[in-house]
Amino acid sequence: MPGAIYAEGLVKTFGDVRALDGVDLDVPEGTVLGLLGPNGAGKTTTVRCLTTLLRPDSGKAVVAGVDVLRHPDTVRRSIGLSGQFAAVDEYLTGRENLQMVGQLYQMKAKAAKTRAEALLEQFHLTEAADRPTKTYSGGMRRRLDLAAALVVSPPVMFMDEPTTGLDPRNRQQLWEVIKQLVSGGTTLLLTTQYLEEADHLAHEIAVVDQGRVIAKGTSDQLKARTGGERVEVVVHEREHIPTAVEVLRAFGKGETTVEEHTRKLTVPVTGGAKLLAEVIRELDTRGIEIDDIGLRRPTLDDVFLSLTGHVAEAKEEDNGEQGREDNRTDSRKETVK
Amino acid sequence: MSAVTDAVRVAAPANPVSQLVRDSLIVAKRNLIRMTRIPEMVIFGLIQPIMFVVLFTYVFGGSMQIGASTSAAAYKNFLMAGIFAQTVTFATASSGAGIADDMHKGLIDRFRSLPMARGAVLTGRTLADLVQTALTLLVLAVVAVLVGWRVGSDGDTNVFKVLGAFGLLLLLGYAFTWIGALIGLSVRTPEAATSGGLIWLFPVTFISNAFVDTSHMTPWLRHIAEWNPFSATVQAARVLFANPGQSPSQAWPMQHSVLASLIYSVLITVIFRTLAVRKYRSATA
Repeated sequence: MPGAIYAEGLVKTFGDVRALDGVDLDVPEGTVLGLLGPNGAGKTTTVRCLTTLLRPDSGKAVVAGVDVLRHPDTVRRSIGLSGQFAAVDEYLTGRENLQMVGQLYQMKAKAAKTRAEALLEQFHLTEAADRPTKTYSGGMRRRLDLAAALVVSPPVMFMDEPTTGLDPRNRQQLWEVIKQLVSGGTTLLLTTQYLEEADHLAHEIAVVDQGRVIAKGTSDQLKARTGGERVEVVVHEREHIPTAVEVLRAFGKGETTVEEHTRKLTVPVTGGAKLLAEVIRELDTRGIEIDDIGLRRPTLDDVFLSLTGHVAEAKEEDNGEQGREDNRTDSRKETVK
Repeated sequence: MSAVTDAVRVAAPANPVSQLVRDSLIVAKRNLIRMTRIPEMVIFGLIQPIMFVVLFTYVFGGSMQIGASTSAAAYKNFLMAGIFAQTVTFATASSGAGIADDMHKGLIDRFRSLPMARGAVLTGRTLADLVQTALTLLVLAVVAVLVGWRVGSDGDTNVFKVLGAFGLLLLLGYAFTWIGALIGLSVRTPEAATSGGLIWLFPVTFISNAFVDTSHMTPWLRHIAEWNPFSATVQAARVLFANPGQSPSQAWPMQHSVLASLIYSVLITVIFRTLAVRKYRSATA
């Protein structure tokens, strides 16, 4: 039996660009799938196809047991959408926005009002409830956006890069809300550029690149494929680099890479924190002064590098999405701890 | 913590017509609230037509021949129906820009993911714009009276005829809003919608009887002007206001201007509403 979200061979082209090149997905009820990939990989297009906003050229999609292509109106009653492209009205207050969305989900005016009140409280927006959302901070706006998607507690939720551009504190807060939501039995499809986020929230991760799912699995499975941890050292004096390389060679499980200008050395390792302590001791014994040292877990770039042979570069959005992604994304790289 | 997980049942769809009306009113309310939050938009929307009234009255008045008269007073009374009609049609540009803006900001996507009536977003928008146009027209009429415009300057009229004229003007404005909506859905940016929504309005409003007597035009241009849907409403307003300069032409829309104005406006609404709603359903531009 197919899951709460099911897609088979989704293809969508915009002019010459093949945005989706046969996407297959199967998300069991009550679980979270993280769709991981760089800008332009096809994450947003996939979500748009599954949420009835975009008609795929070919392929099959079933959401909450209903065929998306045949009965889009029925699907819309069972889904909630939040993220970069499903916005709130910036001139309406938070309360007005939620009430409007509730009413458009066909709730009675009074029920929509009560519901808006409850959600505002839940998302700590009561104080700002009667201010136009234009005055909200990025984090507040995201919370309101999420609240709008939850007005009817839909059984299936889609979140498109829910935390892109948020500061770490707001990101944490949003993660808590999402976790709580999922513990209530909601099926969730989440897109993200951050491995860490998928790691935290998703039961399973699908890595997408150039319109295809190129790898699927739990985050541990994916990380295992990318070669695990590395030790990164920045030495204080350039002349210490050769000695440091010698030390790292003894502990490492592979070739040491050296960036001369930043005096940074990187080597793949196994053994975690214990090994890191040994490396520090050895460097100290040899009298090598260090500016920085750390154990790095694989990043999205590493996952991509090992799966595709190229780094997860943010491509220009030229697939008809009107560049919506590029004005809200930052090019920050994440290091997974 | 219960708000997140509280189940709220989504009602099965109501009767499609009552759902369309209800959803449209909800969206119209949203757009009207927006208007009160961006008063400068409403104010700028007023300044332009007021400027036209003043400029045309004092710059062109006196050098224009309306029928046999070149008096400034006659041109003033001739002009107002044209300015009113121009004002209601120019409002369509901001309509289109508003829709393009909603699209750009992702609001259209939000609406399209909701189980609401398909035509409601655009119908709500056009209804809210109609309210704004009516307000603009009201202010403009007061200004027109202040600079010397008088109904019944060239025959008899009554309050019902005058209201009927404003009704036809609003209907024309409403019909044109749907063209603006289609443009707004078809372009990629709000800026493009503003300029794209304005360009076509210049020939439509100037190749007409709005500002000059069509009998002075070359014959082929005159034919276009007289069959222009925009001219029919201008002529109808002049007839109902009993203002001078009603074209003595034999062209059918000029002879039966009230009926022609009604037919044109309804036709434009039906055609462009159909096209715009279809575009909306597949809209991601």
